[in-house]
Amino acid sequence: MPEPRVVLYAPSSTAVPEVSRPVTAWRRLWDNATLRKTVIIVALALAWEGYARILDNPLLFPTLTDTLGAVVDHVRDGSLPARTWTSLRVLVVGFGSGVVLAAILTVVAINTRIGTDILETLTAMFNPLPAIALLPLALIWFGLGMGSLVFVLTHSVLWAVALNTHAGFLGVSQTQRMVGRNYELRGLRYVFLILIPAAFPSILTGLKIGWAFAWRTLIAAELVFGVSSGQGGLGWFIFENRNVLDIPAVFAGLLTVIVIGLAVENLVFRTIERRTIRRWGVQA
Amino acid sequence: MARLLEVDRCTLRYRTDRAVVTATHRVSFHVEQGDRYVLLGPSGCGKSTLLKAVGGYIMPDEGEIRIKGHPVCGAGADRMMVFQEFDQLLPWKTVLENVAFPLRAARRMSARAATEKAMHYVEKVHLTRVAHSHPHTLSGGMKQRVAIARGMAMEPDILLMDEPFAALDALTRRQMQDELLRLWDDTRFTVLFVTHSIGEAIKIGSRILLLSPHPGQVRADVEDVGQATPEVAAQLEQRIHDLLFAPAGDAGAGLPAMAEHA
Repeated sequence: MPEPRVVLYAPSSTAVPEVSRPVTAWRRLWDNATLRKTVIIVALALAWEGYARILDNPLLFPTLTDTLGAVVDHVRDGSLPARTWTSLRVLVVGFGSGVVLAAILTVVAINTRIGTDILETLTAMFNPLPAIALLPLALIWFGLGMGSLVFVLTHSVLWAVALNTHAGFLGVSQTQRMVGRNYELRGLRYVFLILIPAAFPSILTGLKIGWAFAWRTLIAAELVFGVSSGQGGLGWFIFENRNVLDIPAVFAGLLTVIVIGLAVENLVFRTIERRTIRRWGVQA
Repeated sequence: MARLLEVDRCTLRYRTDRAVVTATHRVSFHVEQGDRYVLLGPSGCGKSTLLKAVGGYIMPDEGEIRIKGHPVCGAGADRMMVFQEFDQLLPWKTVLENVAFPLRAARRMSARAATEKAMHYVEKVHLTRVAHSHPHTLSGGMKQRVAIARGMAMEPDILLMDEPFAALDALTRRQMQDELLRLWDDTRFTVLFVTHSIGEAIKIGSRILLLSPHPGQVRADVEDVGQATPEVAAQLEQRIHDLLFAPAGDAGAGLPAMAEHA
C-alpha cells in the first residue's frame, strides 16, 4: 500500500499581485451618505423652485426663494425663533415625560407577569387612539396651555416607546439573560446593565417613532389652539399667517418644522446610532 | 473535606406546553479539584440540562447538587458558564470590557484592578491585538476564546462549558481543544465540559461520564482518560461508541455507575 506523500511548494519568488487596492475617489464620495442625501435635498429644492416659478401663483405655492425670504424676515423680527423655542420646550417636556413613563411601565412589565399583562392591555387600548382625539378632553382637564399639550404629547410618545422597548426586552437572547444571571446581576442592575443595552436597537427605534409622533401631535395641537401663556408655537404661527394669507410665512413655518425634524434625525439620532448600535455591530 | 461538586441522585424535569419531560433520572457523579470532567452522550441524554442545573438555572426535582458541600440555589459567579452561542459576549462591550465586566459586577473589583486582571487573561488566550475591538469584528473561535478568558479571569470554583466548540469549523475546533488543554496545564482549573463528540471527550477529558438518553441516566464512568496513547484512545473511542449505541439491557443499563478503566 503506498504511503501518503506531502509535496511542498517553495514560496513564490515573483511579486504577488496586489492583495488590496484603494477604492476610487468617486466611489468613496458616493459612499458618503450625507453627500447622497444632500444631493436629494438639493434636487427637491430645485424642483420646488422650478415648479413654483412655472405656476407663478404665490398665494397657492410660493417659490423657495420667497419662502426663504419669509424665513429671514421672521427670524429678524424674532417671531420665528420665539415660536420655535415655545414649541421645542413643550416638545421636550412631553417627550421626556412619555419616555420616563414608558421606562417605568416596561421595567415593571419585564419583572412581573401582571405588569406584562397591564402593559399589553394598555398598549392595545391606547396605542390606536390618536393623541389629537384626546385634545378636547385635555382642554377641559388642564385648560388652555402647556398642561394640555404635554398631556397629549405624553400620550403620543408613551405607547410607541413602551411597545418597542418591551418588544426589545423580550427579544434579548436567552444566552445573554443567562450571562447576566451568571454575573449575579439582579433587579434594576440587571435591567440597566444587560437588558437595556441588549435591547437598545429596539429602544432607539421606539424613541425615533415617539419623537416623530410627538412632533406631529404638537404641531397639530397648536393648529387647534396655540396660546400658551400668551404665546403660541410653530403650529400657531402657521395658522395665524394663513389667516392673513401670508402664504410664504406659512411655508416658512412648515419649512422650519421640516428642518428641525431633519436636524434631529440626522444629528441626534444618527450620532447615537453611530456611537452605539453601529459600533457594536448589532445593526448594519 | 466536602467534594468540589457533588451531583446526588439528580432528577431534572422541564415543562413544555404539553408535557413535563424528564431530562435526567437520578444521575449521580462528583467532580474533584482539577478534574476535566466531561459529560458525554447523544442528544436527549440531558447533559446540557444537567450543566444548566449545576449552573443554577434549573432546580432539580429530586436529589441535590452541592458545591463544596453547599446546595446550589440559583446562578452564581462561582460557576462561570461558557456557552456554545457566539452571542454570549455582550456586543456593546469590547473584548477587554467583556472580560473585566463580571469582575466588577460580581466580584466588586475596582475598575483598574479588573482591567489589569482582564488584560492578563486576554493575553493568556492570545487576543491582546483585539483587546479593544468589539465582539462583532471577531471570528467564532476568537469569540469563544474571549468567553473562556472571561470564565477563567473570574477564577471560579468550576468552569462550566456547554459544547463550547460545537459551532466552530473542524480546524478551529481542534486548535481550540489544544489551547484549552494548554491553559489547563497552566492553571489547573476545574472544568465540567459537555459534548456529544466522543473524540472531543477523549481529547479534553480526564474523566468521562457516559449518559444514555430518554431520560438521561448514567451509563458508564471512564476514569484516567488523560494519559491514553493514540492506540488506546482509538480503542476507547470504539468502546464508548459501542456502549452508547448498544441496545439497552446489553451492557448493564440501569445499574449504578459502572467503572471503566482505560
